[in-house]
Amino acid sequence: MNRPSTFDQTREVARRSVLATIRQPAQWAPALIFPLFLVAVNSGGLNAATKIPGFPTDSYLTFALAIPFMQAGIFSLLNAGTDLARDIEDGFLDRMALTPISRSALLTGELAGVVVQGFMFGAIFLAVGLAAGADFESGAVGVLLLLALASAITLALGCVGIFVAARIGSSEAVQGLFPLFFMFLFFSSMAMPRPLIEQDWFRAVATANPISYLIEGVRGLFISGVDGEQLALAFGICAAITVIFMFGATRALSARLGR
Amino acid sequence: MSQPRRFTETALILAWRNLHNFYTSPALIIPALLFPLFFFTAFAGGLSNVENVPGFDFPNGYTAFQFGFVLMQSAAFGGVFTGFGIARDFESGFSRRIMLATPHRTAMLAGYAISSFVRAVVVGAMLFAIALAVGMDYSGGVLDTVGLVALALGVNMLALLFASGVAFRFRTIQAGPLMQTPVFMVLFLTPVYVPQALLHGWIESVAAVNPLTFVIESGRSFIAGVPEELLLAFGFGAVAALVLAIWSLTGLRKAEQAGG
Repeated sequence: MNRPSTFDQTREVARRSVLATIRQPAQWAPALIFPLFLVAVNSGGLNAATKIPGFPTDSYLTFALAIPFMQAGIFSLLNAGTDLARDIEDGFLDRMALTPISRSALLTGELAGVVVQGFMFGAIFLAVGLAAGADFESGAVGVLLLLALASAITLALGCVGIFVAARIGSSEAVQGLFPLFFMFLFFSSMAMPRPLIEQDWFRAVATANPISYLIEGVRGLFISGVDGEQLALAFGICAAITVIFMFGATRALSARLGR
Repeated sequence: MSQPRRFTETALILAWRNLHNFYTSPALIIPALLFPLFFFTAFAGGLSNVENVPGFDFPNGYTAFQFGFVLMQSAAFGGVFTGFGIARDFESGFSRRIMLATPHRTAMLAGYAISSFVRAVVVGAMLFAIALAVGMDYSGGVLDTVGLVALALGVNMLALLFASGVAFRFRTIQAGPLMQTPVFMVLFLTPVYVPQALLHGWIESVAAVNPLTFVIESGRSFIAGVPEELLLAFGFGAVAALVLAIWSLTGLRKAEQAGG
């Protein structure tokens, strides 16, 4: 019997991952509802901040719409990691080890569900934001760039999740990442543009925090149009996170599968 | 042994066990101490420029303004996390054994309440010390501080009564989101980032009728040393305590009927 190509292997695992995501509303519903609730609360609660001199827009909703993209990314990290950890815990991966499937096909396939989720959620966040009165300054090209960036963010953070899962093999350990990444999010330029952060130490932390640049990449598309430098930084950081953690996950999985 | 003594003993044993578990388990104590601190530094540090918004009239600055919210939030989550502990005790079968051992099942609730209070006091004291250490402008006198602490403990009790009602009914930690999410939502539907007058849109209307708004604003007024809205805040607390006590006790009855 012919061995299936890597593409076929990836497609089969991806199909399983996408179906598993769709069939578990408990996994994706909080990633959709919780960020929208927070953006609704914050846009009303912090609208007065737009009166601070130098604030880049007069609508806090437009400013805050970047945050759900990151929160969805964090949920994707948890979901991708938890799915893989569960596959390790319940022996699915051991069964896979008996087949000729390649490690990269396995990992890429596992990530398919969260990438699809990132794309869909990006479209929903944009639609809800526009319906609620947010501005979007980047036009049709910006929509494509936004969806691509949303997918890249979920892919990058999903890779962090599968790295931890492959390394530790425990869904509990993956869930433990949630507070850590929530801290990354809160200590970023999430709520205030970096130049307007008054406290020096907080501005320094936000400047060193890669999450700030992902948020600013998304936010720029809403507020100022297509900004090549901002987007290059955001996509570059996503690519770096993806490559580093995918490499780490592949090695960890190799060790786990003993080949 | 007389019945009241057994009630007290049961409550104290449960409280001690809960507190012992809490203080000896890093997975429980670290998030409980770090989360309020994290919210406080993230809000007060990242958003301090908000005090320059025209109309921001809180006299003690943004750090003190945020402290008023984070103190109440940490007290509320102390109650919710105690609710998680109740659910875990049911899952592990511990509560079933306690129910067999004591005729006073309400002593269980009293025990959990004591541990919830102690946790809130410890976390609140740590938060207070750190806020003062980083330069929070606190104008409250002794009576204001007593009032602020009473409000925080009241919020802790309300959250515990709510969460325990859920825990007694579901008796599984899987009901955690049902305890946490409503408390989280009610807390964030108050003037979290700016005073009520600076809220905008739908949140302005919701916060205006959210009773917890009076509690948060009253807490902030204690910090400023000019107590306001006390009748509304404590009045709401008393009514909510009555309603939630019924919710919790009827939940306990259901747990008894289910045999723990």
